[in-house]
Amino acid sequence: MIGIIRYGAGNIFSLTAALDRLGIAYGMVHTEADLEGFDRYIIPGVGHAGAAMQKLQGTGLIPAIKALKKPTLGICVGMQLMTAYSEEGDADLVNIFPIKTLKFASDADFKVPHTGWNQVFAEKDNPLFRDIPNGSHFYYVHSYFIEYNPLYTLASTNYINNFSASIWHNNFYGVQFHPEKSGTYGETLLKNFSNI
Amino acid sequence: MLSKRIIPCLDVKDGRTVKGVNFVDLRDAGDPVELAWNYSQQGADELVFLDITATVERRKTMVELVKAVARQINIPFTIGGGINEIADADALLNAGADKISINSAAVRNPALIDELAKAFGVQFVIVAVDTRVLDGKNIVHLNGGRLPTEKETLDWILEAESRGAGEILLTSMDHDGTKGGFDNGLLKHVNDAVNIPVIASGGAGSVEHFVDVFHKTNVDAALAASVFHYGEILIPDLKTILKENNIEVRL
Repeated sequence: MIGIIRYGAGNIFSLTAALDRLGIAYGMVHTEADLEGFDRYIIPGVGHAGAAMQKLQGTGLIPAIKALKKPTLGICVGMQLMTAYSEEGDADLVNIFPIKTLKFASDADFKVPHTGWNQVFAEKDNPLFRDIPNGSHFYYVHSYFIEYNPLYTLASTNYINNFSASIWHNNFYGVQFHPEKSGTYGETLLKNFSNI
Repeated sequence: MLSKRIIPCLDVKDGRTVKGVNFVDLRDAGDPVELAWNYSQQGADELVFLDITATVERRKTMVELVKAVARQINIPFTIGGGINEIADADALLNAGADKISINSAAVRNPALIDELAKAFGVQFVIVAVDTRVLDGKNIVHLNGGRLPTEKETLDWILEAESRGAGEILLTSMDHDGTKGGFDNGLLKHVNDAVNIPVIASGGAGSVEHFVDVFHKTNVDAALAASVFHYGEILIPDLKTILKENNIEVRL
């Protein structure tokens, strides 16, 4: 059963609706004691990374999250929180991944936020992307991205520059796109995570 | 590459679709959720629901609709119609809407754009603009194109962007319903002037019109209603032809 880490950043209706459609069981994690009841976790998040970090700090859950040994998936800002730093709010973050979240450079040919369906290319073999053809489209909406890093980047997307569509380190995973809004392949990815 | 988006628009009243829908294999053509699911299966990239319910119960019916859609549909969707204050938007966000669209409320109270962007982020706020040519100028109109305002269209769009609009849905009322093609001149003019996504609307009648609007204006998305509802254009066919014309789409 998936424990969804609740810290007050964004609504999770679409995420839980997707899990319901897939028949994946989930519950809510509000306190450290709640963590025990689950075998994997999702850290959701939309909005401002700096503000989200303050809310997450307010829960007191950060040391316990860093110590997790079970599969843990951050989505969008939930993924960015796992990096060391974000330019959004000049904020130090949880630092599970020693890489940075940066703002897209302004470019006359590219609009920001990066909004819509873009291609994702897996760079490593990992069950998270099982049965998902390389170059499949996923739905994005974000103005900040996680820098590309060959050690941690599990999948990449190109918009203005190459960035981390997905990151992976031990039991920790992150995706910048919204699997709950990314059609069939998004649902496949959630299903894959539930089986890791 | 980022794909160009194809967006069917559904008019909804009291929880039911109102504009003629003539779709194969629909059990209930008036059920917006079933219709939306059908479009998502066909490869629509996003959906827009325009709620024209005019009762005091409207917020409640909109929230119920949004929840029902969010439970069933695995692509993003926008809801518009009668959103006048933060509380309306907050209820719709919590019900699972990805974006809201505001039109006349923003014209009457431009600060609403700032408030919504600050509360929910720019990605949540689409400003819809209905435009019509009046004395040679593109002028913002309200009430479905019947009521002209003082605002010139490009000026208003630039103001909306600076206030925090995350996307512009631009409908040419001169082209809407004609099936003669999008207003490519205006769309290019606007798209070149802003740094946020632009959705083209009004005038789609054939696949070629979609090819034209993407080639000639480079807008991010194109929206249509009746050509999709009546099955005159099937989304898989449309996307195949866009791809053949070197327009990036999600297949």
